[in-house]
Order: sequence, then C-alpha cells, then structure tokens
Amino acid sequence: MLQGPVVIAVSFLYLALLFAVAYWGDKRADAGRSIISNPTIYALSMAVYCTTWTYYGSVGRAAVTGVGFLPIYLGPTLVMTLGGFLLLKMIRTAKANRITSIADFIASRYGKSQLLGGLVTVIAVVGIVPYISLQLKAVAISYDLIAGYPALVSPTGGHGPILADTTFYIALILAAFTILFGTRHLDATERHEGMVAAVALESVVKLLAFGAVGLFVTFGLYNGVGDIFERAMADPQLAQLTAVASGSRGYATWFSLTLLAGLAILFLPRQFQVTVVENVSEAHLKRAIWLFPLYLLLINLFVLPIALGGLMHFSGQGMNADTFVLTLPMSAQHEWLALLVFVGGLSAATGMVIVETIALSTMVCNDLVMPLLLRTKRLALNAERDLSGLLLSIRRGAILVILLLGYLYFRLAGDAYALVGIGLISFSAVAQFAPAMIGGMYWRGGTRNGALAGLLAGFVVWGYTLLLPSFSKSGWFPASFLSEGPFGIELLKPHQLFGLTGLDDISHCLFWSFAANIGAYVFVSLLRAPTAAEASQATQFVDALKTTRPVGSALWRGSADAADLVALVGRFLGPARAQTAFASYARRHGLADAERLEADADLVHYAESLLAGAIGSASARAMVASVAKEEPLSLPEVMNILDEASQLRTYSRELERKSRELEAATGELKAANDRLLEVDRLKDDFMASVSHELRTPLTSIRAFSEILRDDPKTALPDRERFLGIIVSETERLTRLVNQILDMAKIESGNAEWLVDEVDMNAVVEQSVATTSQLFRDKGVVLSLDLADSVPLIRADQDRLMQVVINLLSNAVKFVPVNAGRVTVRLAADAESLKVSVTDNGPGIRREDQKVIFDRFRQGGDAMTSKPTGTGLGLPISLKIVEYFGGRLWVESEPGQGASFIFTLPLHNQENGKSE
Amino acid sequence: MQRSTLTGQRLVAVFLIGFVLFNYPVLSLFDRTATLFGLPLVFAYLFLVWAGLILLMAWVVERRGDRAERLDRAGG
Repeated sequence: MLQGPVVIAVSFLYLALLFAVAYWGDKRADAGRSIISNPTIYALSMAVYCTTWTYYGSVGRAAVTGVGFLPIYLGPTLVMTLGGFLLLKMIRTAKANRITSIADFIASRYGKSQLLGGLVTVIAVVGIVPYISLQLKAVAISYDLIAGYPALVSPTGGHGPILADTTFYIALILAAFTILFGTRHLDATERHEGMVAAVALESVVKLLAFGAVGLFVTFGLYNGVGDIFERAMADPQLAQLTAVASGSRGYATWFSLTLLAGLAILFLPRQFQVTVVENVSEAHLKRAIWLFPLYLLLINLFVLPIALGGLMHFSGQGMNADTFVLTLPMSAQHEWLALLVFVGGLSAATGMVIVETIALSTMVCNDLVMPLLLRTKRLALNAERDLSGLLLSIRRGAILVILLLGYLYFRLAGDAYALVGIGLISFSAVAQFAPAMIGGMYWRGGTRNGALAGLLAGFVVWGYTLLLPSFSKSGWFPASFLSEGPFGIELLKPHQLFGLTGLDDISHCLFWSFAANIGAYVFVSLLRAPTAAEASQATQFVDALKTTRPVGSALWRGSADAADLVALVGRFLGPARAQTAFASYARRHGLADAERLEADADLVHYAESLLAGAIGSASARAMVASVAKEEPLSLPEVMNILDEASQLRTYSRELERKSRELEAATGELKAANDRLLEVDRLKDDFMASVSHELRTPLTSIRAFSEILRDDPKTALPDRERFLGIIVSETERLTRLVNQILDMAKIESGNAEWLVDEVDMNAVVEQSVATTSQLFRDKGVVLSLDLADSVPLIRADQDRLMQVVINLLSNAVKFVPVNAGRVTVRLAADAESLKVSVTDNGPGIRREDQKVIFDRFRQGGDAMTSKPTGTGLGLPISLKIVEYFGGRLWVESEPGQGASFIFTLPLHNQENGKSE
Repeated sequence: MQRSTLTGQRLVAVFLIGFVLFNYPVLSLFDRTATLFGLPLVFAYLFLVWAGLILLMAWVVERRGDRAERLDRAGG
C-alpha cells in the first residue's frame, strides 16, 4: 500500500486538511473570534522551530555525536527563561511600531534606514536558503524511501535531470501551497491567523508521529530504554555516543551550539514571525515560556534511543542515520507507522517552509523590492493607482524564488552535509543579527553605520568560513580552497582562519564572525554621535518597556494635506481599507468623518504606521515624506524633545508627590482646626457655667443685702439668719473662685506640687479628722478600714488630702440625715494603693457616672434638685490623681449607694507624668 | 510592576542555574561511564536538569497567590 500514488494522495489530503484549518482560522479571525488567541496554541506555533532537522536530522546527528544533538534544544530552553525580558520587549516594540519582520525591526531601530533593511533581507535570504534546501532534501529522501518500499534503498548522491527530480516538484508544490496560505488576499498589514492555526496543528502531528516511532523502536524492537542502552554500552564504539566530550567534539562545540540555537530562537525569521508578529496577546508569553521548552524536551526524549537502536539494527548495512525514523518502521513492515512518520516529516517540513518563506517574502517585498521600485520608478508609482495587487504579486514571486533558491542550493551543496550540518550553516547566518538586535534594544549609542558595518562584516566572515566551504565540499569550488586556502595562502584557509585550529567549523565561524560583527558594530557606532532620526528611534526601542515614553508623533514637524495621506495609504492598502482606517481614526478623535481630519503630526504618524505594516517602516517613511513637507529636526531638537519628555515625567512625578504631601498637610490642618474649635466651644461652655455658678450666690447675697438695707424694721432673728446666708454664700463664692483658679493652674501646668514621701494612712486619717465635724452635724456614721501599714509613695500630701476630703464631703452631702454610713478603705497590693469612699446614698445613674467628672456637671437633674456643690471638686480630684499616674472612677447602682475609688501607683515617677 | 520585576528576576536566576548546569565544567562531572537507572549518566543528567528547569520556569510564571498578582487581577 505504500506505492507512490498512495503516498502522494495521502500527502495532498493532509495538505488539504491543513489548508482547511487555515481557511477556518482566517474566517474566524475575520469574524473577530480568533482561534489562536490561546497561550497553548501560541506555544505550539513556536514549535515550528522543530523542522525536519529535528524530525529526521536529530537522530542522524545523535548517531554521530551522541548527546551532541541536545544543545540545539537546550539553547532555546535557556533563552526562553529570558523571554520575560527579551521577547516581551521585542513584542511590545514591534506592536508599537507596526513592525512585520526582523529586517523591519533592525531598519526601524536605526533611523528607518532602507539600506539596512535591504542588507538584513539579503543576509536572511542567503542564510535561510540552505535551511529550506534541508527541508526539501528531507522530504525528497523520505518520499524516495517510502515509495521504494519494501526495498530499503538508502538514497544515493547524483541527481537526474531537473524535470525528473522529485525535489524540484516538491519545491514547486510547497511554493504553491505557501502562496495559497500566506498571500491569498492582501492581508499585508494583518497577521496570518489561519497559518498559525495550521502550524500549531502540524506541531501536534509531528510530536505524535515522532513519539509513535520512539515508542515503537523502544518497546517494539527492543525491551525498553534500559535494554537499548544496555546493549549499546556493550559496544565500545556506541558507548562513546553517551559522552559529551568524546561524542560531540568537546565542550567548546557544546557551548557554541547552545549559543547558536539560543540566538536562532530569537532571530530566525520564522521564529520572529510566530513569536513576535503573530503574537495576539503579551499574556500568552507566560505559558509559552515553559510549554515550548516542554515540547522540545518531549520531542527529544526518544532521539538517542532511536539512533542507538537504528545503529544496532542496521549494523553494517551502511544505512543513512538521517533516515532511521522512517526506515526502522519500514524494515519491520509497519506500513501504517511508516506512513504516519512520513506525514509527520511532511508536517515538520511544510510548517517550516510556509512560515519561513512568508516571513522572508514580506522582508523581500518591503525591504528590498519596494524601496528599489520606489526609487527607480518613482514617477510611475506615484501615479494614482492601487498598488496592493503589486504588493501581493511581489510576495508571491518572492516565495517562488526563495524555494527555487533552496532547490538550487540542494542541487549544488545538499549532498555534502547531513541535515543538521546544513541547518547549522543557516543558524550561524541569522546569529549575525544578534549584535544589531540586542545592541539596538539595550544600547542607545548604536548607529545605522555601526549596524551596517557589523552585519556586513559578520556576513562576509560567515560566507567565507561556512558557505563557500559548503560549495567547495560539493565540488563546485576547487577543493584546494579548503585544504590549502585561496591562492595557496595558508593563513586564509576558511576552516582555520589566521591559523586558528582546534575548533569545529561552526565554533570557528561563530568566533570569527562575532568578533568581526561586534567589533565593527561597536567601533563604527562610536565613530560619531547618533543622528536625530537614530536617537529618536533608539528611545522608542530602548524604552519600550517603560510605561511613558514620547510617542512617535512628538518627533515630527511639518505640514501635509489629509486627503493626500488618505490617497497615499489607499494606494498600498486599497482605497476601501484606507477609508475605513481613517474614518475610525476620525471617530476616535471625535470627528464625524475622515473629510474633517486635520493633517497634524498625529495623523501623519498614523498614516506612516499604517503604511509601515504594509511596506515596512523604511519605505513608509520615504512614501510619507513624498507627500508631506517635513521639516527635518536637528539632533539638538530631538534631544530637547526627548529631554522634555523625561523632564515632564520627572515633573509630573514631583507634582504628584507634592500634591500628596499637600493633601496630608490639609488633613492635619483640618484636624487641628477641629480640635481648636472644640476647645473654643469648651471654653465658652466653661465661661457660661462659671458665670452661672458665680451669679447664683451673688444674687442671693445681693437680695438679702437689699432687704437689710431697705427694711430697717426687720426682726433681729431674721437679720441674723439673712446675714448667715450672706456669709455662707460669700464663702461658697470664695471656694468657687479658689477652685476655678486651682483648676486653671492644674490644667495649664502652672500648679505647684510639693512632692515628698507620703504615708497614705496619715492622709486618710487627717482628712477624716478635718471633715469629722460635717459627719457629726449630719449624724453620719464614718467607719475606717485601713491597712496596718502601707508603702510610702511619692506625691503631694496636701493635694491628696484635697482629693480625700472632696470625696468625703461629697459622700456626706448625699447620705440621708442620721441614717448615713460612709466607709473609707485603704488597701495596698504589689503595684498600687487603692482608696475607696463608699456611701449608702441614692447612688448615681449609670448615664451620669461619666459626666460627673466633667466640670460643673453634677449628678441628678439640674432642673429639679438644687445643686449642692461647685461642680469642680471631682474634676480637680481627677486631675490630681491622674497627675500621679493613678485612676479615679465611680462604681454605683441607683439606690445602692456609690463607691468612689482611686488608685495610685507605688512606683510613680516623681512628678506623676500622666501625660 | 512589583510582581513582574520579581518574576523577571526569578527567571534570570533560572537562566543562570541552567547555564551553569548545562555547560563545562559542571557538565563534565557527569560526563563519565556510569549509569543511572540503566541510563547513561550524562543522558539522564541532562534530561533531569532540563525537566527540572521547565518545572521551575512553570512554577515561577504560573504561580498564584502573590499578593501583587492578586492586586493585578483585581485591577484588571
């Protein structure tokens, strides 16, 4: 069943399935329901990294170098850990600047230079051509093998005429398929959602197919991984393959392959396409960071077992190890598995070819052909006509040419190398972008000339040390070029440049090309300061991750006509799309339609970014310049704008900080004002209370005095009574005034305190003695419950007596006449003295228990009962007790009497310090 | 912001770990004729480190419960 026609039919069915998926993906994208807006699909699309190189070539590589195939996957794993910085920055920059390819990226960074974009494109095309030929070679070999079933014919060298060569047709079919995929309609400015969906599917297919072979070889042909390794280790030659140092020519090679692969994952045009250009959301990067390395790990699990298994299985038959994946199932007559493997290989190849050629064709069109056309035939192109068709044709042509170049390379040099060897030549080429790319993203000083010099130097060294030797090995170049150097100059031998030996040819090329590349980039960049255009673009790229940076429009000055801009964009995107784009821009700026647009810097910038998506940033700038009168900014002006922007940022941060401080200060002031108002209110209340308290005795004094003056006939007993009232009211007045003064002194802190050792027992006894007359007058029983001896405390004896006397006289006021009982207790514990004065009076209502300590507030209803005190006794007592660090409170139930209790700490500081 | 810089620093740390473990001289320690579970030592070592790195990366970028991240989510 594995005859040619069947295999071809299956292949086309598979391609048709892919096409259907892509078609569906595009339809969904048009409907706004993207199927690729998913982090897993994003990670799978990155797995386009695994081409037939991985699929067939890894086993071939492992059969020669053992674990030496691994660095190609360890490098990307390591680089993905840096994805959070590097890839995020690339994605954000690309989105902000409508960048569609790596050539555009570099050209845009260094002042939108057309020359630089062109050079990058040339390097990319020349560098990638061997890689494409690798895919063609792999598909051709696998087809020849499977079509030759049941024979196991290892493909021989030698090609027939082109028209009888399978590879040629494969190249044409792939070209047609890619053209269908990537350039069906002018989607130049948009992403290729359908293509990404198909690539993600292909990634699944190739992983499953490879996994199936792996399981088959490991568990079908052998008894598990352990068995394979056990048998292989028995063979000293195979055992070598499990070592790094001997198997893969040492750690230097290991390191340079890791580095190379790590750079490739960033700068291969197809990786840039799927990772940066086709990225739907930055958030997807998060999962890809670990899911993509996981994919790499899975697809490599069985590589070494298959390689060792194949080497032992085909021992002595001279079978090409690159074909083991396919020939092992074939030799075991597993036709279905062989077919699945073939389809998996086709997946690996088509995925790579489609994405790579679409990416390259975009570069060729935008950065190579368009600039040339715009330059040479400016008159014709400026005519009023729709150029979108032309763009599409250029891209289609580029795809075909690139694939034919790949075929050409396959014919010229394809046989000299194993699959991986060809791929590494391409990796080394794209690695030349690293200095200009990474330098451009992190170093403001890099200039256009520096990038040009670096790229050119690296490219030339690469061509001399890797590309030319690959032709030479195939016999298209004299072999003496390799063995003796050009014109017999030993020092210039391409694999031992300047006599450098001891490195394999890849590490050798990497060293010399990077030395030349980085050296030229840095040296030439430092020759002169960046120009205005370079400096402004450098800021856009280097500060890409900063939240605030000057927008591109801030760096444009000139005049233009809106209608001209719309027409210009229309010629490249098609008039309808241009109208839609400008209409939506107008709506965003609150205008009714595109007719009313003013051609200010923002609009010019918008038009340029639309064009940049279609024809690349360098061409876009040139085209906009052709319709707009731009006043070039000088370098100082650009620097001023950039400085202003950063100063503005500083100022605005400063302003924010000041305003926050101001708010805080305002809050404090408000609180202080509230406090002052409260104090003021209290003072008013106090004055009102004091006036009231003073007026009451004054009124009665005055009234009785008037009676005595006006009525001389008043009886003597009445006179005596009246005079008694006058005297007692005067005493009350005196007391009141004294207490007010006392209170004021204590509150203002001017009171004098005579602090000494005080015996609280003595204080209580003296106080009781002082007030004993009051108790006797009212017939109140006073009992004392004192401790035998209490510790001395440091306090003012007279003040404490004032407190106790106050409490005693309060108590005697409220207890009933002749039935009153007042108890004074004094106790000491470890920390404090506690004095309580308990009476059997009417008690104090709960709501009054707090307020009685306020000035002029007395228990009971002020309206009905006559006040019996000044209302300052308790507040003063409270102040005194608190001054010595103690507490004064009341415990009472209405009808049950009341207990006034105060405590004084034994170890108070000398002067209290309650505050 | 706080969260992204912390995650970024963790990833750089993972990179450094991987870079050291995957290269000379640490690699040479495992590059000898010995087996682990029947697998050649260096083969087992490379894949174990590789898997460990991937786990570490997944843990760093996917982990929940960072206070700042919750704030991010609440904000977005």
